[in-house]
Amino acid sequence: MNLWLIPILPFAGFLINGLFGRRMAKPLISLFAVGSVALSFAWTVTVLLRLNPLETKYVEHYFTWIQSGSLSINVDFAVDRLTAVMLMVVTGVGFLIHVYSVGYMSDDPGYYRFFAYLNLFMFFMLVLVLAQNFLLLFVGWEGVGLCSYLLIGFFLLEQFATNAGNKAFIVNRIGDFGFSLAIFLIYRQFGSLDFTRVFDAAKGLPNEASAGILTAICLLLLVGATGKSAQIPLYVWLPDAMAGPTPVSALIHAATMVTAGVYMTARSAALFTHAPIAMDTVAVIGLATAFFAATIGLAQTDIKKVFAYSTVSQLGYMFLGVGVGAFSAGIFHLMTHAFFKALLFLGAGAVIHGLHGEQDLRQMGGLYKHMRITAITLLCASLAISGFPFTSGFFSKDAILVAAYEHAPWMYWIGVLTAGMTAFYVFRAWFLAFTGEYRGHAHPHESPLVMTGPLMLLALLSLGGGFINVPHWLEPMFAEKGENQMLAWLSAAVGLIGIASAYVFYVAKPGLADSFARSVGGLYRLVYNKYFVDEVYNAAIVQPVVKGSRTVLWKGVDAGLIDGTVNGVGIRSRGIGGVLRLLQSGNIRSYAAWVVLGAVIVLLAIGLAGGTR
Amino acid sequence: MQNAVPLSWYLILSAILFGLGVAGFIYRRNIITVFMSIELMLNAVNLSFIAFSYTLRQIDGHIFSFFVMVVAAAEAAVGLAIILTVFKNRDTLMIDDISSMKY
Repeated sequence: MNLWLIPILPFAGFLINGLFGRRMAKPLISLFAVGSVALSFAWTVTVLLRLNPLETKYVEHYFTWIQSGSLSINVDFAVDRLTAVMLMVVTGVGFLIHVYSVGYMSDDPGYYRFFAYLNLFMFFMLVLVLAQNFLLLFVGWEGVGLCSYLLIGFFLLEQFATNAGNKAFIVNRIGDFGFSLAIFLIYRQFGSLDFTRVFDAAKGLPNEASAGILTAICLLLLVGATGKSAQIPLYVWLPDAMAGPTPVSALIHAATMVTAGVYMTARSAALFTHAPIAMDTVAVIGLATAFFAATIGLAQTDIKKVFAYSTVSQLGYMFLGVGVGAFSAGIFHLMTHAFFKALLFLGAGAVIHGLHGEQDLRQMGGLYKHMRITAITLLCASLAISGFPFTSGFFSKDAILVAAYEHAPWMYWIGVLTAGMTAFYVFRAWFLAFTGEYRGHAHPHESPLVMTGPLMLLALLSLGGGFINVPHWLEPMFAEKGENQMLAWLSAAVGLIGIASAYVFYVAKPGLADSFARSVGGLYRLVYNKYFVDEVYNAAIVQPVVKGSRTVLWKGVDAGLIDGTVNGVGIRSRGIGGVLRLLQSGNIRSYAAWVVLGAVIVLLAIGLAGGTR
Repeated sequence: MQNAVPLSWYLILSAILFGLGVAGFIYRRNIITVFMSIELMLNAVNLSFIAFSYTLRQIDGHIFSFFVMVVAAAEAAVGLAIILTVFKNRDTLMIDDISSMKY
C-alpha cells in the first residue's frame, strides 16, 4: 500500500506545472493540477478502505534520512485513525478548492504559478500529516509556511501583498524557533524523535505537578503551534494574509495549514497529558484567543477580514478543546471547521468575483437576488458556524464546550459568550451582503458551476458533517468526554440569540448599528483598529530590531568592521606596495645609492661575523 | 729599507680614492662622469692590491690587479656602447632625464 503516492502525486503536479506551465494551455494546467489532487484523494480513500477498521497504526518505512552517532531519523509514513481524519480533510477539501480555483483564477496571468504553489502546498501538508517523527513533521511544517508565503504574496506586484507574505513567514519563524527548541529537548530527554518511541517512553513517566522537562517541551511545542495556528500572541499574520487570493485563504488559512498546530498538539497528546500546567496554558490561550478575535470580528468591514478573525477565534476553540483534554472534540471541530470555513471563504470569493473585486461590506447589499446559490450556501455555512441545532458546528462546538465545563465552568461561560458573538458577526456579514438594497456600483452576477459546485458540496458537508461521529471513531486513541444535553442546548440558544441580534441590528433597524457604534465611540474605535496590536508590535519589536540592525549590524559591523578589515588589508597592501615601488623608480641615482648601501651592509655583516676566515 | 713609505699611507690613499669614486658615482649627473668614478673605484682597489703585494712579498696581488684591469677595460667598452645608444635615443646624458617611467 504505497502511502508515498499520496503526497507525491501533488508534488508531481507541482513539478509539471512549475517547470512547463508557462507554455502550457490553461486546460492542460488545470488537468495536471486538479487531477493530481483528485488522484491523491482517490488513493487516500482506497488506502483507508483497505486498512479498515484501522485498529492499529500502519507504518511504512522508506529510508534512513540522517544517521549520525546515536541520532537516527528515518523517513516513515504512518496511518492511524487521527491521520485518517486529517488525510480526508486535506485531500477532500483541497480537491474542492482546486476545482473552485479553476474558475476563480481563470483571468489571472500567473495561473500556472498559482496551481504549482497550491500543489506544492498539498505535498508539504500531506508530508506533515503522514510523518512519523518530529523532524519530518517539521519539514512539512516549514514547507507549508513557505507555500503560505509564496501564495499570500502571489500578487507580487502589490506592495501590501508581499509585505503580508513577509509578515506571515517571519511571525511563523518565531513559532518555529520554539518548535525547534522543543525538538532538541525531546531528543535530549527521550533519545529519539520517532513518535512511537517518544510516546511510549512518555507513557511511563509520572504526571508533572510542577514545571519540569515535559512542561518545558509542551510549552515550546505550544509556541510553535501559536505561530502556525495563529493564537495569541502570534496571530497577527493571519488577517494580513487575506491579501492573497481567496482560494488560498480558504485552503491554507482556514482548512489546512492553520490546523497543523492543533494536529501536532493532538498527536503529542501523550506528552501533554503528563504536563497539566502546559495543558492549562493551551486551554487558556485558546479561550483568550477565541474571545479576543471574536470581539475584533464584530467591527470589521472587509468581508475577508471578518472571516479571518473568525478563523483565529475558531482555532482558539480547537485549542480550548485540546487543552481541556478533549482531543477528539478538538479534531472533530477541526474537521467541521474545515467544511464551513472553507465554504465561507469560497463563498466570499464568489461574492468578490461577482462584484469584480469589491470586498467592503458597506458596498454590498441585496445580493440575494443576483447570486442565489452563493447566498444559500453561505447561509448554510453561517448556520453551521453559529452552532445552529444539528448542523456540524453544533455537534463539534458543543463537544468542546461540554468538556470545557467539566474542566472549569468559567471556561464554558466565556466560550458560550464567544459563540454568541460568533453567530452575531457571521450573520452581520451575511445580512449586510445579501439583504437590503445594493449599495455598490458594479454589476453583480452569479459564479459559474465550477465555482458553485464545490460551494454546494461544502454546504452539504457543513450541514450534515456533524453526523460523522469523529469522536467515537477516535475513541481508541483519545478517551471520549461525556455529554450534557442541557449545556448543549444552552449554547445553541445563545447562538440563536446572536443571530436574532444581528437581524435586529442589520435588517429590522438598519440605523441601530451606527448609532450604537457612535455611542460607545472610543471602545468601537479600539475594536475596529484591532486593539492597535499591530501598532504596538511595530513600535515595541519591529522598529527597534530594524533600527538596531541598520545602525549597529549593518553600518557598524558589516560596513565598518568586516568591510573595513577586508578593505583595510587591501589599503595596507597598496601602502606597502607604494613604498616598495620606490625601489624601482627609474631614478638611476637612487639605484646607485642602493648599490652602495647594499655593499656597505654586506661588508659590515662579514666584518661583524668575524671576517672571511 | 730605510725611509720606505709605510703601508698604511698606501691604504689610506686607496681608501680616499675609493671614497671619491663612490661620491662621484652617487652624486654626479653626467653618465660619463659616473663611469669615470667607477674606473676611479677600480683603480683605487688596484692600488690597494699592489701595496699589499709589495709588503707581503707575494705575487698574488699583482696577478689579481691584472684581472681587475682586464675587467675594467671590458666594462668600459660595453658601458660606452650603452652610453652611445642612450644618447642616440634620449638626446641627453643627464641620468635623471633618461628614465621614461611615470613617477
